[in-house]
Amino acid sequence: MSGRVVFRSVWLPWLLVAPQLAITAVFFLWPAGEAILQSTQLPDPFGLSTQYVGWENFDYLFGDRYYRASFLTTAIFSLSVTALSMGVSLLLAVLADGVIRGSGVYRTLLIWPYAVAPAISGVMWLFIFQPSIGLFPYWLKAIGYNWNHVLNSGEAMSLVVIASAWKQVSYNFLFFLAGLQAIPRSLIEAAAIDGASPWHRFRTIILPLLSPTTFFLLVINVVYAFFETFGVIHTITAGGPGQSTMIMVYKVYADGFIGQDLGSSAAQSVILMLIVGVLTIVQFRFIERRVHY
Amino acid sequence: MVRNNRVATVFTHLLLILGIAVMCLPIWLTFVGSTVTRAEIIQPPLPLWPGDQLLLNYREALFGGRNAPVLQMLWNSAIMALGIAVGKIVISLLSAFAIVYFRFPGRQLVFWTIFLTLMLPVEVRIVPTYEIAVNLKLLNTHAGLILPLIASATATFLFRQFFLTIPDELAEAARMDGAGPMRFFKDILLPLSRTNIAALFVILFIYGWNQYLWPLLITTDPDMNTIVMGIKRMIPSADDYGNWPVTMATAILAILPPALVVIVMQRLFVKGLIETEK
Amino acid sequence: MATVTLENVRKRYGKTEVIHGVDVDINDGELIVIVGPSGCGKSTLLRMVAGLEVVTSGDISINGRVVNHVEPKDRDIAMVFQTYALYPHMSVFENMAYGLKIARLDKDEIHRRVDDAARLLALSELLDRRPKALSGGQRQRVAMGRAIVRQPSVFLFDEPLSNLDALLRVQMRLEIKQLQRRLGITSLYVTHDQVEAMTLADRLVVMNAGVAEQVDEPLSVYQRPASRFVASFIGSPGMNFIEGSIKGRQLVTSAGHTILLRDAQLNEGPVTAGVRPEHLEVVAESDADFLLDVVSVELLGAETLLHGTLTGASNDEGDVVAGVAGRSLAVRAAGITRVGEGQRCGLRVAAGGWHWFDKQSGQRLLTE
Repeated sequence: MSGRVVFRSVWLPWLLVAPQLAITAVFFLWPAGEAILQSTQLPDPFGLSTQYVGWENFDYLFGDRYYRASFLTTAIFSLSVTALSMGVSLLLAVLADGVIRGSGVYRTLLIWPYAVAPAISGVMWLFIFQPSIGLFPYWLKAIGYNWNHVLNSGEAMSLVVIASAWKQVSYNFLFFLAGLQAIPRSLIEAAAIDGASPWHRFRTIILPLLSPTTFFLLVINVVYAFFETFGVIHTITAGGPGQSTMIMVYKVYADGFIGQDLGSSAAQSVILMLIVGVLTIVQFRFIERRVHY
Repeated sequence: MVRNNRVATVFTHLLLILGIAVMCLPIWLTFVGSTVTRAEIIQPPLPLWPGDQLLLNYREALFGGRNAPVLQMLWNSAIMALGIAVGKIVISLLSAFAIVYFRFPGRQLVFWTIFLTLMLPVEVRIVPTYEIAVNLKLLNTHAGLILPLIASATATFLFRQFFLTIPDELAEAARMDGAGPMRFFKDILLPLSRTNIAALFVILFIYGWNQYLWPLLITTDPDMNTIVMGIKRMIPSADDYGNWPVTMATAILAILPPALVVIVMQRLFVKGLIETEK
Repeated sequence: MATVTLENVRKRYGKTEVIHGVDVDINDGELIVIVGPSGCGKSTLLRMVAGLEVVTSGDISINGRVVNHVEPKDRDIAMVFQTYALYPHMSVFENMAYGLKIARLDKDEIHRRVDDAARLLALSELLDRRPKALSGGQRQRVAMGRAIVRQPSVFLFDEPLSNLDALLRVQMRLEIKQLQRRLGITSLYVTHDQVEAMTLADRLVVMNAGVAEQVDEPLSVYQRPASRFVASFIGSPGMNFIEGSIKGRQLVTSAGHTILLRDAQLNEGPVTAGVRPEHLEVVAESDADFLLDVVSVELLGAETLLHGTLTGASNDEGDVVAGVAGRSLAVRAAGITRVGEGQRCGLRVAAGGWHWFDKQSGQRLLTE
């Protein structure tokens, strides 16, 4: 980035970055600051005045059984979404990479669910699994299983995981396929000549060479499951039944907007900011390394 | 190819088709749901083949609707998606241009400020951002849907990365030719960035179209709802059978525009997706 | 038409000074070549004249007007870049016309100028093509065309041939020279290639580590290099240098060998002696100024290159000799010389063949 002094002007560069900075200041930095400020305050019951309470909101949060539970719920949810969507897409990508003819067609057919919004994915899966009218509960009933995610928290969790993972398969598939196609054929052929079975080839050659892509997708999927699945939760379960699908992002919304507990919601925001911060740094450090490949 | 075994090839194709079938199943069922009568849905099982109510259901969705007509919501979504895509691209192009082609005091600070926005997605600052939007009278406006979402670190970094690959001598040649900074931006930089802009546009359009949480907060008036969030109000609750066919028609209508963009501009889409993650 | 004057021009990046005060006077219509190894500051100097780098101190004047703070476009100059810097999304015509369009020339005038330049450079058939569809030589010509259409007072060339293959380089070198003669435009040309420099220049500026060590006509630079650096840089293979001291009519080398001096009138004392390979003649031992143990022989047909060490200096502590092949001395004999490897031969230095340099500063010592 050195030696590139091309144009000289004192005011023009500021004018150019002004829109970006203005938006950032008003809608990013200011609210973030507010969140930090509010996280140390407690409004009185009538919302007329606020009082500085220091760490009290945080103390209260970590003492709250439900908040601790939402940590665990978030962890289970993110890991399940990541594992399910990455597993399915890796399988599909390996298959698509293996066919000579038609891999373009398969790709087209597989990538467009990316265009489906998480909320719409939620609506669709809800329709399919709706306990009284859905097709799947009907089939399940035929084999003697009574599906009702409105009451059963395990089923609720499964449903939001499926709806979230389904949407993300396209994205993962695309990157896995690109990663697979970047592996030199000669390596795989050499292993085949050495007598390695397809499974052995996959485990000892393809998987290790795919590890940069896998790690990258891991981070992206965790971020997705953390923050972008709000629509899925909101349309399917709204955090229920009980608090069984109350992931952290949803809880910020539920406590702040529905519960009107601003201090707690702000404290949760601050904790989430720290988590995104860590994830962003992990992602960037990794990408920096990837550039040096 | 290593695996030229006929049986294996057929088997692979079969597995792929099965995978695609599973992937497409929810959308197929949704489509079927949008073409049948309410009675057919309430009486499970749902048929697996489309019914004859397609026109009726879609007409009711587009022009009737339970809260606002879907046509109105589609319009809001289109404005939001286009506004966000164009806004992000313009803002990012300008900032990337400033960061790469000028040295000015505070440049590093600007760079890191933009970087910081990566760490502050809407989801983590819901309440205060909402309060600010209320104070700025952005509730139930298109500006309110668009403005808070158009700062973009990702797009800025993408353009910065791209500008850094353009040889210095090109800018110097333009300078010798008498082009000022904005002339260089317009005549040289923009035409060279065309593919990048198009690829990014596809990704950002989908990003904007699929926004959910922010429109949920900022639009209380059903006439300002976007389709992706407005559909939530159309989901029949558990004890009421509602109008599932119209809701399913709305879902299909919500998917159609971004899906068309992905399929028609597949090459740009793939390029955009892979580049924005670099 | 124009003159260019550089007066004590300096350039600093932060605390490091990279150009230590350069003075050059360029006459109207002259082709000046700035030559030196990479990192010597020659490109920086050119870019300061172009207005792409700020002058830290000193003055650059074009036609007597100090232009230190004048924008490049107002300096009445044009530049050809090393990578040509053609706009990839514009046709050849648009590339050449871009500067004129910005200057708001009227359409007919732009067409006339571009057509003229295209004819001059044999580009008329290619005006609609994009740079991608051109060969290296053609791109080079478009870059020149872009400079010509502006009808500047001064041309600046920044290593314009270094991206071409060897054959094309020789051809384009001739074209540039002819073009410059024809148009008679004052030109500054930067290169690291000493052959290019020698063949093109009216006068050379030899740069080393931010200093212009010599400004002179090519032949004078060859015949009377102002410093040990200039002597080593101009000429191929490079000059041989021998460390030693003068004792009467002899040069006593650092390892104790003696070389007979025929025409030198130098004060006694330590000195660096230089002699070009082509000024050493293989003679009978009885006629020789000194003897050489030949280590390797390169028969090139038109000439023969011998490499060897001063006789007897077989140990590692031998003479401090710097030549083409490290510590050995090079001899360039015309035609085919039959000396075998491992043989000993006599060498005689041609009249006026010795160059003397100060042992410390490397500056040329005057001989009467």
